[in-house]
Amino acid sequence: MTSKPRDAATATSPLGLLLITGAVATVGLLIVAPLASVFVDAFSNGPQAWWEALAHDPDTRHAIWLSLTVAPIAVLINTIFGVAAAWLVARFRFPGRSLLVSLFDVPFSVSPVVAGLALVLIFGRQGLLGPTLAGLAVKVIFAWPGLVLATTFVTLPLVVRELIPVMEAIGPEEEMAAVSLGANGWQVFWRVTLPNIRWALLHGVVLANARAMGEFGAVYVVSGHIAGATDTMPLRVEKLFQEYRTPASMAVASVLAALALLTLVAKVFIERQLETESQELEAARAPGADTDPTTGGLGP
Amino acid sequence: MSIRVDGVSKSFGTFKALDNVSLDVPQGTLLALLGPSGSGKTTLLRIIAGLEWPDSGRIEEDGTDITDRHARQREVGFVFQHYALFRHMSVFENVAFGMRVRKAPQAEVKARVDELLHLVRLDNLGARKPAQLSGGQRQRVALARALAIRPRILLLDEPFGALDAKVRVELRQWLRRLHDEIGMTTVFVTHDQEEAFELADDVVVMNEGHVEQRGKPEEVFDKPATPFVMDFLGNVNVYHGRVENGRAFWHGVPIDYPDYPHAQAREARVYLRPHELDIARALSGGTSESHAGTSLVATVLRQTRTGPITRITCQPRQGGSDLHVDLPSAAARELGLQPGDSVSITPRHVRVFLPDPEYVI
Amino acid sequence: MNTLPPPSSSNRREGPPADAVSILRPPSPPIRRARHRTVLPGFGISAAITSLMIVALVVFPLAVLILRAASLGPAGFLAAAWTPRARAAYAVSLGSSLTAAIISSLLGLLVAWVLVRLEFPGRRILDALVDVPLALPTAVAGLVYSTLYVEKGWLGQWLVPVGIKGAYSLLGIVLVLVFVSLPFAIRVVQPVIESLDKDTEEAARLLGASKSQTFFRVVLPGILPAVVTGFALALARALGEYGSVVFISGNMPFKTEIAPVLIVSRLEEFAYAEATAIAVVLLGMSLSMLVVVNVLQQRLVRNAQ
Repeated sequence: MTSKPRDAATATSPLGLLLITGAVATVGLLIVAPLASVFVDAFSNGPQAWWEALAHDPDTRHAIWLSLTVAPIAVLINTIFGVAAAWLVARFRFPGRSLLVSLFDVPFSVSPVVAGLALVLIFGRQGLLGPTLAGLAVKVIFAWPGLVLATTFVTLPLVVRELIPVMEAIGPEEEMAAVSLGANGWQVFWRVTLPNIRWALLHGVVLANARAMGEFGAVYVVSGHIAGATDTMPLRVEKLFQEYRTPASMAVASVLAALALLTLVAKVFIERQLETESQELEAARAPGADTDPTTGGLGP
Repeated sequence: MSIRVDGVSKSFGTFKALDNVSLDVPQGTLLALLGPSGSGKTTLLRIIAGLEWPDSGRIEEDGTDITDRHARQREVGFVFQHYALFRHMSVFENVAFGMRVRKAPQAEVKARVDELLHLVRLDNLGARKPAQLSGGQRQRVALARALAIRPRILLLDEPFGALDAKVRVELRQWLRRLHDEIGMTTVFVTHDQEEAFELADDVVVMNEGHVEQRGKPEEVFDKPATPFVMDFLGNVNVYHGRVENGRAFWHGVPIDYPDYPHAQAREARVYLRPHELDIARALSGGTSESHAGTSLVATVLRQTRTGPITRITCQPRQGGSDLHVDLPSAAARELGLQPGDSVSITPRHVRVFLPDPEYVI
Repeated sequence: MNTLPPPSSSNRREGPPADAVSILRPPSPPIRRARHRTVLPGFGISAAITSLMIVALVVFPLAVLILRAASLGPAGFLAAAWTPRARAAYAVSLGSSLTAAIISSLLGLLVAWVLVRLEFPGRRILDALVDVPLALPTAVAGLVYSTLYVEKGWLGQWLVPVGIKGAYSLLGIVLVLVFVSLPFAIRVVQPVIESLDKDTEEAARLLGASKSQTFFRVVLPGILPAVVTGFALALARALGEYGSVVFISGNMPFKTEIAPVLIVSRLEEFAYAEATAIAVVLLGMSLSMLVVVNVLQQRLVRNAQ
């Protein structure tokens, strides 16, 4: 997100034009062209074929359904976690706090495949809890609970990283005021904190959802890749590709790509709200200008 | 409600914010906690409110120990320094908040909020958000919000610090009148002595975590108990002198000081307020004497006029740091002094403190 | 000068009126004797949720992974993690990630500069497009890139005859890694360029410096920490990438097989020990990148102050 550039030069100088061309070419070739080709290829046999690929293939239908259930569950878990963790870290001081904050970033830097493997080592048949789970007839790996776990892992940091800076910027004074006025914990959270963080929260949720729906590596390892049972949409794309059914693969990919574009639109909108709010925060911090003419009586 | 602070100490890490502070606030008092940054005044206020926990000591409310009571249950009205208004709620909802969390019925809430908005003269602004208000308006909303829960004590943390001078003065006077009407025990924190003196029944001067002095404004100003109080309140010239036999000597000028009748001479610090010095042209021009009788001879360096007061800065003939004399501008004009003129300066009143090794100016 | 009206005398009272007491009594429960350590509520529950999740989902799984690898013993570990095929995979991973990170940093600097400093129609759209790789599933990226660069693809039909094989090659891996890491490089540098003080550049120009001299001597030193941080972030991202590479590289052992692909391959053959060992090596690389990035970012913050 960028605000209007200060003193942005106009593009008339030759160097400027060259730079712009370079930047546009970079983004165009690397990002726009591939993105466009998804849609072009998906509809290359006409919209009818596109729809059939999605709706008439039971395995594909299942994959869509699976993605639409696993991702929201993972996002929900991470939203609860994100709010709790941000509250803890932004409002309290305790030993081990910095270590905890750096732990939040770990899922970002760990390869999803490694994450998936770790989960297999715990929940797989030969894993740590394997015998226990088998005894309870509970399947985690090669079943949807594993998918949820894997997806939750990779999207763990997304909500909490959004909330912490916002909560630290706003500060605890409003919540302190609420406490001094007699509010209990839930009242403070619902009436004071949540309205203040709603856009940041939404931003995190949107990003987490995009990431969750698109997750591949961790889910691949954990799912066993069983078509019709544990394939999410990205895995379905890969399976169709391996089977040389590229148009069908493209059809599913186009749905994911459309979702990505929707995510971007939502993201831009939310960021605009966040920008407005942060400007208001700045204005509120500055000493109040006492020039309001509407009150009469006392000047301010 | 009366408040009693008993032996309260509080540290933040290695920084000792409060050191064994004790204080009584009788019912109905309007008390000022006055002091520089870091003196502990805000910390003390927050401890009374329950927004901080003391490391040791007790807080009593009407005789009941409330030290362990959570802030939620102290029935305290707290006005934060930067107002801490709920930014996403309207003015009405801000003021109504305390009642809403107590599940008061809507009719009651509306009546009380309207009453309070009228009290703070913000009647038609109920629908506005805090971002749309000026600083003074926000301050009044914060006050109304604190009063809405009918607190038994009102605590204000630098309430007028962020406002323009004119607004500050008006709100100050208004707060005083409010207090006179309602009679609620009120404690406020300020670093502005003018504010403390104008508003408060009692002033508590704090420094570095302890109470330097407590008393009525005039008391504290005219009879400072410690060098810090004298220095902090009003302007002051400070000199090294000595005391002996019921007299203090400042640059050789003897001043009556019956508080020290002993024959044993001791070093002392002599404090003179610029407006308690008389200044006149030296009788004999070009004299080389450093003092004549009970006056000090000095040379005028410059005059500065700030509104109704003119400050004349002089250099004592015998050397030493510059001396400031304040007098009404009309009188200064009459004197017609120029830089370089010789003047004689006579103290009308002086305070002497025997050296406190910890207090360095 | 208008003043506020005197406070209404109808409010005169000694204390709360009796009728209001029942409604405005402080909320129950009664006075608690226990000393609380916090004024703000919710420490207990937020600490419980947070630690439960972090331990169960982050600490525990990674610990299991590391312990499992450790149980191989040093010799066993080395044997599993240092096979010829694994070594080739590390080389491919590191090599392609480094190359991609360098390219991303340079291109990222260009794009960030243009977005901040130049005004042109469509600038806002370009800015939004930068985030596409963050939102797009990596599998889709991989699919699309491979279809584009394959012999019969849009771009492949021209490039392959010329010898530029984008698919089933190292080039393909680098391409796709640049795609996924580009936003990281751009978004780290962008705010730093935005906060540059243009006065210093103007001063340099007034003193006679040419545009390129100004850039290299005045501007670049200022943004270099951000560029380096962007490089580190891009590298970290590229090292872990799996989904897109799987489509485009052909996954040929010793040639275009990256470490994550090898891990999956071993796993599918139930060679848990090998998979675990290689995973731990990869984990070590990732975590050290995390540390490096953190250090660099802190330095970046400090420089900005």
